[in-house]
Amino acid sequence: MPEITYREAVRDALAAAMRNDDDVFVMGEDIAEMGGSMGVTQGLVDEFGPERVRNTPISEMAIVGAGIGAAMAGMRPVVEIMYEDFLTLSLEQIVNQAAKHRFMSGGQLKVPLTIRTQGGAGWSPGAQHAQQLEAWLVHIPGLKVVFPSTPEDVRGILTSAIYDDNPVIVFEHRLLYPVKGEVPDEITPIPIGKARTIREGTDVTVIATGPLVHRSVEAAERAAGDGISVEIIDPRSLQPLDEDALVESVKKTNRVVVAHEAVTRMGFGAEVAAVLQYKAFDYLDAPIERVGAKFAPLAFAPVMEQFVVPGPDDVYAAIKRTVGK
Amino acid sequence: MAKVEKKRALNDETLREFLREMLLIRRFEERVEERFRAGELPGFLHVAIGQEAVAVGVCQAMEDGDIFASTHRAHGHTLARGSHPNNVMAELYGKIEGISHGYGGSMHLYDVERGNYGANAVIGGGLPAVVGAGLAFKLRDEPRVAVAFFGDGATNIGTFHEALNLGQLWKTKTVFVCENNHWAESTPGWQHSPVWDDMSKRALAYDMKSIKVNGQDVSEVYEAAQEALEHARSGEGPVFLDVETKRFHGHYIGDPQVYRTKEDREEAAHDDPIENLRSHLGIADDEFEAFDRETVEMVDAAVEFAKNGTDPQPEDALKNIYA
Repeated sequence: MPEITYREAVRDALAAAMRNDDDVFVMGEDIAEMGGSMGVTQGLVDEFGPERVRNTPISEMAIVGAGIGAAMAGMRPVVEIMYEDFLTLSLEQIVNQAAKHRFMSGGQLKVPLTIRTQGGAGWSPGAQHAQQLEAWLVHIPGLKVVFPSTPEDVRGILTSAIYDDNPVIVFEHRLLYPVKGEVPDEITPIPIGKARTIREGTDVTVIATGPLVHRSVEAAERAAGDGISVEIIDPRSLQPLDEDALVESVKKTNRVVVAHEAVTRMGFGAEVAAVLQYKAFDYLDAPIERVGAKFAPLAFAPVMEQFVVPGPDDVYAAIKRTVGK
Repeated sequence: MAKVEKKRALNDETLREFLREMLLIRRFEERVEERFRAGELPGFLHVAIGQEAVAVGVCQAMEDGDIFASTHRAHGHTLARGSHPNNVMAELYGKIEGISHGYGGSMHLYDVERGNYGANAVIGGGLPAVVGAGLAFKLRDEPRVAVAFFGDGATNIGTFHEALNLGQLWKTKTVFVCENNHWAESTPGWQHSPVWDDMSKRALAYDMKSIKVNGQDVSEVYEAAQEALEHARSGEGPVFLDVETKRFHGHYIGDPQVYRTKEDREEAAHDDPIENLRSHLGIADDEFEAFDRETVEMVDAAVEFAKNGTDPQPEDALKNIYA
């Protein structure tokens, strides 16, 4: 199996969809000649031309809204919001329009729109370029929300998103772009709504998303040195959520850590904890631990940024707490 | 580029059809007001009494395959594009037979088969989508146009500016119809926009072709809309229709209009698009009354149809969330 980066995996999925289907096109800020702020779409304009790889003005409402209109008119647009912090500008279009046209029309319309965005701490981008806002959108009926953590997953899930007849928000993470991983020779769509077991274990289940999947692997290796066997599950899709996979794992391990880079309070992990306490109450031997960012905007100075954002140490400490060590 | 058939000329026969359409919308909305006040209709309702010529003029100029996005004041656009009054009324009663099957209501009327891609209850909310649809028509080389209706109040919201800029930049097959009735809810134009009495200046800022129209004259609206639609259809770019019109009633049904003088209301009512067309055509009283009886009967039938419609099951509320 070939090894590619997460960045290449996103690009491959976009290029393959555009080769296979004239209805697929991409648009966003600086995505053509510049290749996007993260270089993800580099080279696409050379292959597909400026009609299908469209640089837009700095107009997040219009980028998403035009995507909605093109999707309702029968195309499969993929729009890029440069930083997920800027999703806030397009939120009206996402929440009131994309998520609701099918419903309000009583099933007459569909909105096959994919919105790609990225964020995350790690480069000291400060408080307006590094937020993790996926929890805002999982709360909205009508949207699907995915957060793939490996090259294989992002390639397969993005492919499914493009061909999904619903609006799908694809969260990517800045620090994952250079991460390499093996992928199948052929692009294989990965169904939205299926979790992946990253590592099998028997003592504690860590349910992690995005970069916390990788940080949890580090933590699990350390815990293994202490004789603790950690299972790691990546939901990959936050909405819909593969509750069965999470519950099954917890029934086996009886202990849970939920880990994401977004702020812990009111976060995605809270919903996961609620699901598990309800569906696996009798199996839990310890309080569910949550790992996430501290409740603060992200500070600029690297020392402060690192303090706020969860790392492998935080996951390791949470694992230890669940086993009472 | 497919050849577009020339629309019928505006002879008296066509204008009589327009009159019938406008009268139907008027009587429909009057009945909606009445039934709302009688406590039969749930939700928020807004009528466009006085603005019928805009709906009929623009919608009659549209071709099959053209689509539009409407506003919270959508009954007129919807009826003018051919949705049956029975199904529109049934929607207002929240019935399955309604054009949005009870999921939308007055502010979310949809009839995709007839090009109605949704009435939008967020001011300016539908504007970016008509740019996107107009882009899709351009990319696929389809002879179709996407039309947005919106009021003067919408010209102050971000989506309006982003949509006009993007549409003109990409020369999408889009027509923007500004129904300038000089009221943003209760706020008069002069209090909300520096160009309230000449909205075409907004288009000028985006280098967009604009046409000024007297919205109380259905012939003028129709001809301007035809010109705008053909311009957009040919790929030359969007057009901004700057339509001056009059809102006879309040923002919503039941609005006491404490913000508006009696004189202003009376003055507006004197420029009635239905009366204007009637006198242009020289229709005698008895003929007009016959017309009117016909439309009232249609509205009676619509109310009857709606009242006898089927209520959705409560759990239907969980359907149609995902495709």
